Amino acid sequence: MSGPRRAARFAVLAAATPMLLASACVSDATTSSGASGHGSAASITVFAAASLTESFIQIGQDFQAISGSKVTFNFGASSTLATQINHGAPADVFAAASPATMKAVTDAGGAGASVDFASNTLLIAVPEGNPARITGLADFADQDKKIAICAPQVPCGAAAEKVFAAAQITPEPDTLERDVKATLAKVAADEVDAALVYQTDVMGSPDDVEGVDFPESSQAVNQYLIATLTASQAPEVSQAFVDYVLSPEGQSVLTRAGFAQP
Amino acid sequence: MPSPEIAPLATQGPSNQPPWQSRVPLLLGVPAVLALLFLLLPLVGLVVRAPWAEARAVLGSPQALLALRLSLITATVSMIIAMVLGIPLAWLLARPGLRGASLLRALITVPLVLPPVVGGVALFTVLGRSGLLGRPLYALTGFSFPFTPYAVVLAQVFVALPYLVLSVEGALRASDRRFEDAAATLGARPITVFRRVTLPLVGPGIAAGAILAWARALGEFGATVTFAGNFPGTTQTMPLAVYLALETDPDAALLLSVLLLAVSVGVLVLLRDRWVTRW
Repeated sequence: MSGPRRAARFAVLAAATPMLLASACVSDATTSSGASGHGSAASITVFAAASLTESFIQIGQDFQAISGSKVTFNFGASSTLATQINHGAPADVFAAASPATMKAVTDAGGAGASVDFASNTLLIAVPEGNPARITGLADFADQDKKIAICAPQVPCGAAAEKVFAAAQITPEPDTLERDVKATLAKVAADEVDAALVYQTDVMGSPDDVEGVDFPESSQAVNQYLIATLTASQAPEVSQAFVDYVLSPEGQSVLTRAGFAQP
Repeated sequence: MPSPEIAPLATQGPSNQPPWQSRVPLLLGVPAVLALLFLLLPLVGLVVRAPWAEARAVLGSPQALLALRLSLITATVSMIIAMVLGIPLAWLLARPGLRGASLLRALITVPLVLPPVVGGVALFTVLGRSGLLGRPLYALTGFSFPFTPYAVVLAQVFVALPYLVLSVEGALRASDRRFEDAAATLGARPITVFRRVTLPLVGPGIAAGAILAWARALGEFGATVTFAGNFPGTTQTMPLAVYLALETDPDAALLLSVLLLAVSVGVLVLLRDRWVTRW
Protein backbone atom coordinates (compact mmCIF):
# COMPACT_ATOMS: atom_id res chain seq x y z
CA MET A 1 0.00 0.00 0.00
CA SER A 2 1.32 3.41 -0.88
CA GLY A 3 2.56 5.95 1.65
CA PRO A 4 0.16 8.80 1.01
CA ARG A 5 -2.85 6.52 1.33
CA ARG A 6 -1.62 5.26 4.67
CA ALA A 7 -0.99 8.81 5.79
CA ALA A 8 -4.49 9.79 4.72
CA ARG A 9 -5.96 6.92 6.68
CA PHE A 10 -4.33 8.05 9.89
CA ALA A 11 -5.24 11.62 9.16
CA VAL A 12 -8.88 10.57 9.06
CA LEU A 13 -8.49 8.67 12.30
CA ALA A 14 -6.77 11.59 13.93
CA ALA A 15 -9.45 13.96 12.75
CA ALA A 16 -12.25 11.71 13.94
CA THR A 17 -10.85 11.06 17.38
CA PRO A 18 -11.28 14.44 19.10
CA MET A 19 -14.94 14.31 18.10
CA LEU A 20 -15.35 11.18 20.17
CA LEU A 21 -14.73 13.02 23.38
CA ALA A 22 -16.75 16.10 22.62
CA SER A 23 -20.10 15.41 24.21
CA ALA A 24 -21.74 17.99 22.01
CA CYS A 25 -20.48 20.27 19.33
CA VAL A 26 -22.28 23.28 18.09
CA SER A 27 -22.47 23.88 14.40
CA ASP A 28 -24.00 26.70 12.51
CA ALA A 29 -25.75 26.13 9.22
CA THR A 30 -26.04 29.81 8.50
CA THR A 31 -24.91 31.06 5.15
CA SER A 32 -24.72 34.75 4.45
CA SER A 33 -26.45 34.22 1.12
CA GLY A 34 -29.58 32.89 2.83
CA ALA A 35 -32.78 34.59 1.70
CA SER A 36 -33.57 37.32 4.18
CA GLY A 37 -36.64 38.79 2.51
CA HIS A 38 -38.94 37.68 5.32
CA GLY A 39 -38.54 40.33 7.97
CA SER A 40 -40.13 38.21 10.69
CA ALA A 41 -38.04 35.09 10.11
CA ALA A 42 -37.05 33.79 13.53
CA SER A 43 -34.01 31.67 14.20
CA ILE A 44 -34.25 28.28 15.85
CA THR A 45 -31.89 25.89 17.59
CA VAL A 46 -32.05 22.20 16.75
CA PHE A 47 -30.59 19.57 19.08
CA ALA A 48 -29.79 16.53 16.95
CA ALA A 49 -28.09 13.15 17.35
CA ALA A 50 -24.43 13.16 16.29
CA SER A 51 -25.10 10.65 13.50
CA LEU A 52 -27.31 13.26 11.80
CA THR A 53 -24.53 15.87 11.59
CA GLU A 54 -23.83 15.92 7.84
CA SER A 55 -27.46 15.39 6.76
CA PHE A 56 -28.89 18.01 9.10
CA ILE A 57 -26.33 20.66 8.18
CA GLN A 58 -27.42 20.15 4.56
CA ILE A 59 -31.12 20.17 5.48
CA GLY A 60 -30.58 23.28 7.62
CA GLN A 61 -29.01 25.16 4.71
CA ASP A 62 -31.80 24.11 2.34
CA PHE A 63 -34.43 25.08 4.90
CA GLN A 64 -32.87 28.46 5.45
CA ALA A 65 -32.70 29.13 1.72
CA ILE A 66 -36.44 28.49 1.48
CA SER A 67 -37.76 30.00 4.70
CA GLY A 68 -35.16 32.63 5.56
CA SER A 69 -35.03 31.27 9.12
CA LYS A 70 -31.64 30.68 10.56
CA VAL A 71 -31.06 27.18 11.99
CA THR A 72 -28.34 26.58 14.59
CA PHE A 73 -27.44 23.02 15.52
CA ASN A 74 -26.16 21.35 18.64
CA PHE A 75 -25.03 17.83 17.77
CA GLY A 76 -24.21 15.26 20.41
CA ALA A 77 -25.10 11.92 21.94
CA SER A 78 -28.91 11.72 22.13
CA SER A 79 -28.78 10.91 25.83
CA THR A 80 -26.60 13.96 26.53
CA LEU A 81 -28.91 16.19 24.48
CA ALA A 82 -31.97 14.86 26.30
CA THR A 83 -30.31 15.68 29.63
CA GLN A 84 -29.43 19.17 28.41
CA ILE A 85 -33.01 19.81 27.22
CA ASN A 86 -34.46 18.57 30.51
CA HIS A 87 -32.13 20.95 32.32
CA GLY A 88 -33.49 23.90 30.38
CA ALA A 89 -31.12 24.21 27.43
CA PRO A 90 -32.59 26.68 24.90
CA ALA A 91 -33.70 24.34 22.13
CA ASP A 92 -36.62 24.42 19.70
CA VAL A 93 -36.43 21.00 18.05
CA PHE A 94 -35.04 17.66 19.22
CA ALA A 95 -34.04 14.93 16.78
CA ALA A 96 -33.19 11.76 18.74
CA ALA A 97 -31.47 8.57 17.62
CA SER A 98 -33.66 6.33 19.75
CA PRO A 99 -37.22 6.20 21.10
CA ALA A 100 -35.82 5.93 24.65
CA THR A 101 -33.98 9.26 24.53
CA MET A 102 -37.02 10.99 22.99
CA LYS A 103 -39.18 9.46 25.71
CA ALA A 104 -36.88 10.95 28.36
CA VAL A 105 -37.78 14.42 27.06
CA THR A 106 -41.47 13.71 26.39
CA ASP A 107 -41.95 12.21 29.86
CA ALA A 108 -40.46 15.33 31.42
CA GLY A 109 -42.99 17.42 29.52
CA GLY A 110 -40.35 18.95 27.26
CA ALA A 111 -41.88 17.83 23.97
CA GLY A 112 -45.28 16.99 22.52
CA ALA A 113 -45.91 14.26 20.00
CA SER A 114 -42.84 12.98 18.15
CA VAL A 115 -42.62 11.55 14.64
CA ASP A 116 -40.42 8.80 13.17
CA PHE A 117 -38.40 10.41 10.39
CA ALA A 118 -35.61 7.96 9.58
CA SER A 119 -34.13 4.61 10.52
CA ASN A 120 -30.69 3.12 10.54
CA THR A 121 -29.54 -0.49 10.50
CA LEU A 122 -26.26 -2.19 11.32
CA LEU A 123 -23.73 -3.09 8.68
CA ILE A 124 -20.47 -5.02 8.84
CA ALA A 125 -17.56 -2.64 8.27
CA VAL A 126 -14.28 -4.03 6.93
CA PRO A 127 -11.02 -2.33 5.93
CA GLU A 128 -10.62 -1.43 2.28
CA GLY A 129 -10.35 -4.57 0.13
CA ASN A 130 -11.72 -6.77 2.93
CA PRO A 131 -8.33 -8.41 3.62
CA ALA A 132 -9.74 -11.01 6.04
CA ARG A 133 -12.49 -11.96 3.55
CA ILE A 134 -15.40 -11.35 5.91
CA THR A 135 -18.66 -12.62 4.40
CA GLY A 136 -21.20 -12.43 7.19
CA LEU A 137 -22.02 -12.37 10.87
CA ALA A 138 -20.58 -15.89 11.35
CA ASP A 139 -17.04 -14.50 10.95
CA PHE A 140 -17.56 -12.60 14.23
CA ALA A 141 -17.37 -15.94 16.09
CA ASP A 142 -13.91 -16.67 14.64
CA GLN A 143 -11.30 -16.23 17.38
CA ASP A 144 -8.51 -15.75 14.86
CA LYS A 145 -10.10 -12.63 13.44
CA LYS A 146 -9.74 -9.23 15.06
CA ILE A 147 -13.25 -8.03 15.83
CA ALA A 148 -14.55 -4.74 17.25
CA ILE A 149 -18.11 -4.18 18.43
CA CYS A 150 -19.66 -1.46 20.55
CA ALA A 151 -19.88 -2.00 24.31
CA PRO A 152 -23.32 -3.27 25.35
CA GLN A 153 -23.82 -0.08 27.41
CA VAL A 154 -24.05 2.12 24.30
CA PRO A 155 -26.86 1.99 21.69
CA CYS A 156 -24.86 0.41 18.85
CA GLY A 157 -23.73 -2.32 21.26
CA ALA A 158 -27.29 -3.03 22.34
CA ALA A 159 -28.26 -3.30 18.66
CA ALA A 160 -25.31 -5.64 18.02
CA GLU A 161 -26.44 -7.90 20.87
CA LYS A 162 -29.87 -8.11 19.24
CA VAL A 163 -28.59 -9.22 15.84
CA PHE A 164 -26.19 -11.75 17.36
CA ALA A 165 -29.04 -13.20 19.41
CA ALA A 166 -31.23 -13.39 16.31
CA ALA A 167 -28.43 -15.09 14.34
CA GLN A 168 -27.63 -17.37 17.31
CA ILE A 169 -23.97 -16.42 17.08
CA THR A 170 -21.67 -15.85 20.05
CA PRO A 171 -19.23 -13.15 18.94
CA GLU A 172 -15.56 -13.24 19.96
CA PRO A 173 -14.73 -9.52 20.01
CA ASP A 174 -11.22 -8.24 20.77
CA THR A 175 -12.56 -4.92 21.94
CA LEU A 176 -15.86 -3.42 23.10
CA GLU A 177 -15.64 0.16 21.90
CA ARG A 178 -17.14 3.12 23.71
CA ASP A 179 -19.14 4.42 20.76
CA VAL A 180 -19.81 3.74 17.12
CA LYS A 181 -17.30 6.28 15.79
CA ALA A 182 -14.51 4.70 17.88
CA THR A 183 -15.51 1.31 16.49
CA LEU A 184 -15.38 2.62 12.95
CA ALA A 185 -12.01 4.26 13.63
CA LYS A 186 -10.54 0.84 14.48
CA VAL A 187 -11.61 -0.39 11.01
CA ALA A 188 -10.35 2.72 9.27
CA ALA A 189 -6.96 2.23 10.97
CA ASP A 190 -6.91 -1.38 9.72
CA GLU A 191 -6.47 -2.62 13.29
CA VAL A 192 -9.47 -4.95 13.16
CA ASP A 193 -10.75 -7.29 10.44
CA ALA A 194 -14.41 -6.46 10.96
CA ALA A 195 -16.73 -4.37 13.10
CA LEU A 196 -20.45 -3.77 13.45
CA VAL A 197 -21.45 -0.17 12.82
CA TYR A 198 -24.41 1.66 11.30
CA GLN A 199 -25.12 1.81 7.60
CA THR A 200 -24.70 5.60 7.70
CA ASP A 201 -21.24 5.34 9.30
CA VAL A 202 -19.96 3.31 6.35
CA MET A 203 -21.68 5.55 3.79
CA GLY A 204 -20.23 8.65 5.46
CA SER A 205 -16.66 7.39 5.72
CA PRO A 206 -14.03 7.72 3.01
CA ASP A 207 -12.75 4.88 0.82
CA ASP A 208 -10.85 3.13 3.59
CA VAL A 209 -13.94 1.35 4.92
CA GLU A 210 -16.24 -1.02 3.03
CA GLY A 211 -19.61 -2.42 4.03
CA VAL A 212 -20.73 -6.06 4.04
CA ASP A 213 -24.48 -6.58 4.21
CA PHE A 214 -25.97 -9.31 6.35
CA PRO A 215 -29.58 -10.57 6.52
CA GLU A 216 -29.93 -10.40 10.32
CA SER A 217 -29.56 -6.59 10.27
CA SER A 218 -33.34 -6.27 10.01
CA GLN A 219 -33.53 -7.57 13.60
CA ALA A 220 -32.22 -4.30 15.01
CA VAL A 221 -33.64 -1.23 13.34
CA ASN A 222 -32.76 2.05 15.01
CA GLN A 223 -35.64 4.54 14.86
CA TYR A 224 -34.96 8.29 14.72
CA LEU A 225 -37.64 10.59 16.12
CA ILE A 226 -38.14 14.34 15.85
CA ALA A 227 -40.34 16.69 17.87
CA THR A 228 -40.81 20.38 18.50
CA LEU A 229 -40.12 21.36 22.10
CA THR A 230 -42.67 22.98 24.39
CA ALA A 231 -40.16 25.62 25.51
CA SER A 232 -39.65 26.86 21.95
CA GLN A 233 -39.89 30.62 21.42
CA ALA A 234 -40.65 30.08 17.73
CA PRO A 235 -43.12 27.20 17.50
CA GLU A 236 -44.19 27.97 13.89
CA VAL A 237 -40.64 27.97 12.54
CA SER A 238 -39.87 24.84 14.58
CA GLN A 239 -42.88 23.02 13.13
CA ALA A 240 -41.89 24.20 9.64
CA PHE A 241 -38.42 22.70 10.15
CA VAL A 242 -39.89 19.37 11.30
CA ASP A 243 -42.20 19.38 8.27
CA TYR A 244 -39.23 20.08 6.01
CA VAL A 245 -37.30 17.11 7.45
CA LEU A 246 -40.32 14.91 6.69
CA SER A 247 -40.78 16.37 3.17
CA PRO A 248 -39.44 14.57 0.07
CA GLU A 249 -36.55 17.08 -0.07
CA GLY A 250 -35.48 16.41 3.50
CA GLN A 251 -35.95 12.68 3.14
CA SER A 252 -33.79 12.53 0.02
CA VAL A 253 -30.88 14.14 1.91
CA LEU A 254 -31.24 11.50 4.63
CA THR A 255 -31.48 8.65 2.12
CA ARG A 256 -28.28 9.82 0.40
CA ALA A 257 -26.52 9.62 3.79
CA GLY A 258 -27.57 5.98 4.19
CA PHE A 259 -30.66 6.38 6.35
CA ALA A 260 -33.72 4.27 5.51
CA GLN A 261 -37.28 5.58 5.45
CA PRO A 262 -38.90 5.28 8.90
CA MET B 1 19.87 1.13 47.88
CA PRO B 2 23.38 1.87 49.28
CA SER B 3 23.88 5.24 50.87
CA PRO B 4 26.63 7.53 49.63
CA GLU B 5 29.94 6.66 51.18
CA ILE B 6 31.30 10.15 50.98
CA ALA B 7 30.99 12.56 53.85
CA PRO B 8 28.73 15.54 53.11
CA LEU B 9 30.63 18.61 51.99
CA ALA B 10 28.31 21.03 53.72
CA THR B 11 26.18 20.49 56.78
CA GLN B 12 22.44 21.05 56.64
CA GLY B 13 20.81 23.82 58.65
CA PRO B 14 20.03 23.28 62.34
CA SER B 15 17.43 20.56 62.87
CA ASN B 16 15.38 22.51 65.41
CA GLN B 17 12.83 24.86 63.85
CA PRO B 18 14.13 28.38 63.39
CA PRO B 19 11.80 31.10 64.72
CA TRP B 20 11.10 32.62 61.28
CA GLN B 21 9.32 29.41 60.23
CA SER B 22 6.81 29.39 63.05
CA ARG B 23 4.35 31.94 61.60
CA VAL B 24 2.66 31.45 58.21
CA PRO B 25 2.11 34.81 56.48
CA LEU B 26 -1.48 35.39 55.31
CA LEU B 27 -0.29 36.03 51.77
CA LEU B 28 0.90 32.42 51.59
CA GLY B 29 -1.51 30.74 53.97
CA VAL B 30 -4.74 31.84 52.33
CA PRO B 31 -3.88 30.73 48.77
CA ALA B 32 -2.44 27.48 50.15
CA VAL B 33 -5.67 26.66 51.95
CA LEU B 34 -7.68 27.68 48.86
CA ALA B 35 -5.57 25.36 46.71
CA LEU B 36 -6.12 22.51 49.13
CA LEU B 37 -9.89 23.09 49.20
CA PHE B 38 -10.04 23.37 45.41
CA LEU B 39 -8.34 20.00 45.07
CA LEU B 40 -10.10 18.19 47.89
CA LEU B 41 -13.70 19.46 47.78
CA PRO B 42 -14.58 17.75 44.47
CA LEU B 43 -13.22 14.50 45.90
CA VAL B 44 -15.33 14.99 49.02
CA GLY B 45 -18.32 15.60 46.75
CA LEU B 46 -17.58 12.35 44.92
CA VAL B 47 -17.43 10.41 48.17
CA VAL B 48 -20.61 12.01 49.52
CA ARG B 49 -22.58 11.48 46.31
CA ALA B 50 -21.53 7.84 45.88
CA PRO B 51 -24.44 5.49 46.63
CA TRP B 52 -22.87 3.48 49.42
CA ALA B 53 -25.89 1.20 49.75
CA GLU B 54 -24.95 -0.36 46.42
CA ALA B 55 -21.26 -0.52 47.24
CA ARG B 56 -21.13 -4.23 47.96
CA ALA B 57 -22.85 -5.20 44.70
CA VAL B 58 -20.85 -2.84 42.48
CA LEU B 59 -17.40 -3.15 44.05
CA GLY B 60 -17.67 -6.90 44.55
CA SER B 61 -18.62 -7.52 40.92
CA PRO B 62 -16.09 -9.65 39.02
CA GLN B 63 -15.84 -6.98 36.33
CA ALA B 64 -14.83 -4.27 38.82
CA LEU B 65 -12.22 -6.51 40.45
CA LEU B 66 -10.84 -7.56 37.05
CA ALA B 67 -10.51 -3.91 36.05
CA LEU B 68 -8.87 -2.95 39.36
CA ARG B 69 -6.42 -5.84 39.14
CA LEU B 70 -5.49 -4.98 35.55
CA SER B 71 -5.10 -1.31 36.48
CA LEU B 72 -2.78 -2.01 39.41
CA ILE B 73 -0.65 -4.50 37.47
CA THR B 74 -0.31 -2.41 34.31
CA ALA B 75 0.35 0.85 36.20
CA THR B 76 3.08 -0.81 38.27
CA VAL B 77 4.71 -2.44 35.24
CA SER B 78 4.50 0.89 33.41
CA MET B 79 6.14 2.67 36.34
CA ILE B 80 9.01 0.15 36.41
CA ILE B 81 9.54 0.48 32.65
CA ALA B 82 9.39 4.26 32.97
CA MET B 83 12.09 4.13 35.67
CA VAL B 84 14.37 1.75 33.75
CA LEU B 85 14.17 3.91 30.63
CA GLY B 86 13.53 7.30 32.17
CA ILE B 87 16.28 7.60 34.79
CA PRO B 88 19.07 7.11 32.22
CA LEU B 89 17.37 9.59 29.89
CA ALA B 90 17.09 12.12 32.71
CA TRP B 91 20.76 11.56 33.55
CA LEU B 92 21.70 12.18 29.93
CA LEU B 93 19.60 15.36 29.79
CA ALA B 94 21.09 16.70 33.02
CA ARG B 95 24.68 16.20 31.86
CA PRO B 96 26.35 19.58 31.69
CA GLY B 97 27.15 20.69 28.19
CA LEU B 98 24.78 18.35 26.34
CA ARG B 99 24.07 20.00 22.99
CA GLY B 100 20.40 20.37 22.08
CA ALA B 101 19.31 19.59 25.63
CA SER B 102 16.62 22.26 25.67
CA LEU B 103 15.17 21.01 22.38
CA LEU B 104 15.17 17.44 23.71
CA ARG B 105 13.51 18.61 26.90
CA ALA B 106 10.81 20.36 24.90
CA LEU B 107 10.23 17.23 22.81
CA ILE B 108 9.91 15.09 25.93
CA THR B 109 7.23 17.47 27.19
CA VAL B 110 5.12 16.98 24.05
CA PRO B 111 3.29 13.85 25.28
CA LEU B 112 2.14 15.94 28.26
CA VAL B 113 0.50 18.45 25.96
CA LEU B 114 -0.86 15.97 23.43
CA PRO B 115 -4.47 14.99 24.10
CA PRO B 116 -4.07 11.35 25.20
CA VAL B 117 -6.55 10.15 22.56
CA VAL B 118 -4.25 11.56 19.91
CA GLY B 119 -1.37 9.85 21.71
CA GLY B 120 -3.23 6.58 21.12
CA VAL B 121 -3.53 7.36 17.41
CA ALA B 122 0.18 8.22 17.33
CA LEU B 123 0.98 4.84 18.88
CA PHE B 124 -1.08 3.20 16.11
CA THR B 125 1.07 4.84 13.47
CA VAL B 126 4.16 3.15 14.91
CA LEU B 127 3.03 0.03 16.76
CA GLY B 128 -0.38 -0.74 15.26
CA ARG B 129 -0.96 -3.73 12.98
CA SER B 130 -0.24 -1.55 9.96
CA GLY B 131 2.14 0.83 11.74
CA LEU B 132 5.75 1.59 10.95
CA LEU B 133 7.17 -1.13 13.26
CA GLY B 134 3.92 -2.98 13.87
CA ARG B 135 3.48 -4.07 10.27
CA PRO B 136 6.74 -6.03 9.93
CA LEU B 137 6.18 -7.46 13.40
CA TYR B 138 2.71 -8.62 12.37
CA ALA B 139 3.98 -10.03 9.08
CA LEU B 140 6.75 -11.98 10.85
CA THR B 141 4.97 -13.24 13.95
CA GLY B 142 1.25 -12.67 13.49
CA PHE B 143 1.34 -10.65 16.72
CA SER B 144 0.02 -7.13 17.02
CA PHE B 145 -0.06 -4.95 20.13
CA PRO B 146 -3.57 -3.42 19.97
CA PHE B 147 -6.20 -5.14 22.16
CA THR B 148 -3.58 -6.79 24.40
CA PRO B 149 -2.47 -5.83 27.95
CA TYR B 150 0.91 -4.96 26.36
CA ALA B 151 -0.85 -2.16 24.52
CA VAL B 152 -2.25 -0.89 27.82
CA VAL B 153 1.29 -0.76 29.24
CA LEU B 154 2.66 0.93 26.10
CA ALA B 155 -0.04 3.60 26.25
CA GLN B 156 0.62 4.19 29.95
CA VAL B 157 4.39 4.38 29.55
CA PHE B 158 3.93 6.86 26.71
CA VAL B 159 1.96 9.28 28.88
CA ALA B 160 3.78 8.62 32.19
CA LEU B 161 7.43 8.62 31.10
CA PRO B 162 7.70 12.43 30.70
CA TYR B 163 6.63 12.96 34.33
CA LEU B 164 9.39 10.69 35.54
CA VAL B 165 12.07 12.10 33.25
CA LEU B 166 11.29 15.71 34.13
CA SER B 167 11.18 15.08 37.91
CA VAL B 168 14.40 13.08 37.94
CA GLU B 169 16.14 15.55 35.67
CA GLY B 170 15.11 18.41 37.94
CA ALA B 171 16.50 16.56 40.94
CA LEU B 172 19.74 15.79 39.10
CA ARG B 173 20.27 19.40 38.10
CA ALA B 174 19.61 20.59 41.64
CA SER B 175 21.97 18.01 43.14
CA ASP B 176 25.50 18.84 44.14
CA ARG B 177 27.76 17.75 41.29
CA ARG B 178 30.83 17.90 43.50
CA PHE B 179 29.99 14.55 45.08
CA GLU B 180 30.20 12.91 41.66
CA ASP B 181 33.40 14.78 40.82
CA ALA B 182 34.92 13.67 44.08
CA ALA B 183 34.01 10.06 43.46
CA ALA B 184 35.43 10.26 39.93
CA THR B 185 38.71 11.77 41.09
CA LEU B 186 38.97 8.99 43.65
CA GLY B 187 38.95 6.57 40.73
CA ALA B 188 35.33 5.38 40.51
CA ARG B 189 34.19 4.39 37.02
CA PRO B 190 31.27 6.46 35.59
CA ILE B 191 28.75 3.64 36.06
CA THR B 192 29.89 3.22 39.67
CA VAL B 193 29.57 6.95 40.27
CA PHE B 194 26.06 6.80 38.86
CA ARG B 195 25.08 3.76 40.93
CA ARG B 196 26.75 4.61 44.24
CA VAL B 197 26.62 8.42 44.24
CA THR B 198 24.17 9.90 41.77
CA LEU B 199 21.23 7.55 42.36
CA PRO B 200 21.23 7.87 46.16
CA LEU B 201 21.63 11.67 45.85
CA VAL B 202 18.50 12.06 43.75
CA GLY B 203 16.55 9.33 45.53
CA PRO B 204 13.67 11.61 46.58
CA GLY B 205 13.42 12.98 43.05
CA ILE B 206 13.24 9.45 41.65
CA ALA B 207 10.62 8.47 44.21
CA ALA B 208 8.52 11.54 43.40
CA GLY B 209 8.85 10.93 39.67
CA ALA B 210 7.95 7.26 40.05
CA ILE B 211 4.87 8.11 42.08
CA LEU B 212 3.78 10.71 39.52
CA ALA B 213 4.30 8.19 36.73
CA TRP B 214 2.40 5.49 38.59
CA ALA B 215 -0.51 7.83 39.34
CA ARG B 216 -0.64 9.08 35.75
CA ALA B 217 -0.58 5.50 34.44
CA LEU B 218 -3.33 4.47 36.85
CA GLY B 219 -5.65 7.25 35.69
CA GLU B 220 -4.78 6.91 32.00
CA PHE B 221 -7.84 6.76 29.75
CA GLY B 222 -7.53 8.32 26.29
CA ALA B 223 -4.45 6.66 24.88
CA THR B 224 -5.48 3.32 26.37
CA VAL B 225 -9.01 3.28 25.00
CA THR B 226 -7.73 4.29 21.57
CA PHE B 227 -4.66 2.08 21.27
CA ALA B 228 -5.59 -0.91 23.44
CA GLY B 229 -9.35 -0.95 23.03
CA ASN B 230 -11.66 -2.07 25.80
CA PHE B 231 -12.21 -5.69 26.80
CA PRO B 232 -12.91 -6.91 30.34
CA GLY B 233 -9.91 -8.71 31.82
CA THR B 234 -7.61 -7.93 28.89
CA THR B 235 -7.56 -4.19 28.32
CA GLN B 236 -10.39 -2.73 30.42
CA THR B 237 -8.68 -0.72 33.17
CA MET B 238 -10.60 1.09 35.91
CA PRO B 239 -10.87 4.43 34.07
CA LEU B 240 -12.38 2.61 31.07
CA ALA B 241 -14.80 0.72 33.30
CA VAL B 242 -15.78 4.00 34.95
CA TYR B 243 -16.35 5.65 31.58
CA LEU B 244 -18.62 2.87 30.34
CA ALA B 245 -20.48 2.69 33.65
CA LEU B 246 -21.26 6.41 33.22
CA GLU B 247 -23.26 5.51 30.09
CA THR B 248 -25.77 3.34 31.92
CA ASP B 249 -25.22 3.50 35.66
CA PRO B 250 -23.69 6.79 36.89
CA ASP B 251 -24.00 5.59 40.50
CA ALA B 252 -21.80 2.59 39.78
CA ALA B 253 -19.34 4.90 38.02
CA LEU B 254 -19.07 7.04 41.16
CA LEU B 255 -18.44 4.00 43.32
CA LEU B 256 -15.80 2.67 40.94
CA SER B 257 -14.04 6.05 40.94
CA VAL B 258 -14.03 6.15 44.72
CA LEU B 259 -12.60 2.62 44.81
CA LEU B 260 -9.80 3.64 42.44
CA LEU B 261 -9.12 6.75 44.55
CA ALA B 262 -9.09 4.81 47.80
CA VAL B 263 -6.74 2.14 46.50
CA SER B 264 -4.33 4.67 44.98
CA VAL B 265 -4.28 6.85 48.11
CA GLY B 266 -3.71 3.74 50.22
CA VAL B 267 -0.80 2.60 48.09
CA LEU B 268 0.77 6.08 48.05
CA VAL B 269 0.52 6.47 51.83
CA LEU B 270 2.06 3.03 52.35
CA LEU B 271 4.86 3.84 49.92
CA ARG B 272 5.58 7.18 51.56
CA ASP B 273 5.92 5.55 54.94
CA ARG B 274 7.93 2.55 53.91
CA TRP B 275 9.99 3.87 51.11
CA VAL B 276 10.21 7.58 50.57
CA THR B 277 11.11 8.57 54.12
CA ARG B 278 14.02 6.13 54.08
CA TRP B 279 15.91 8.47 51.80
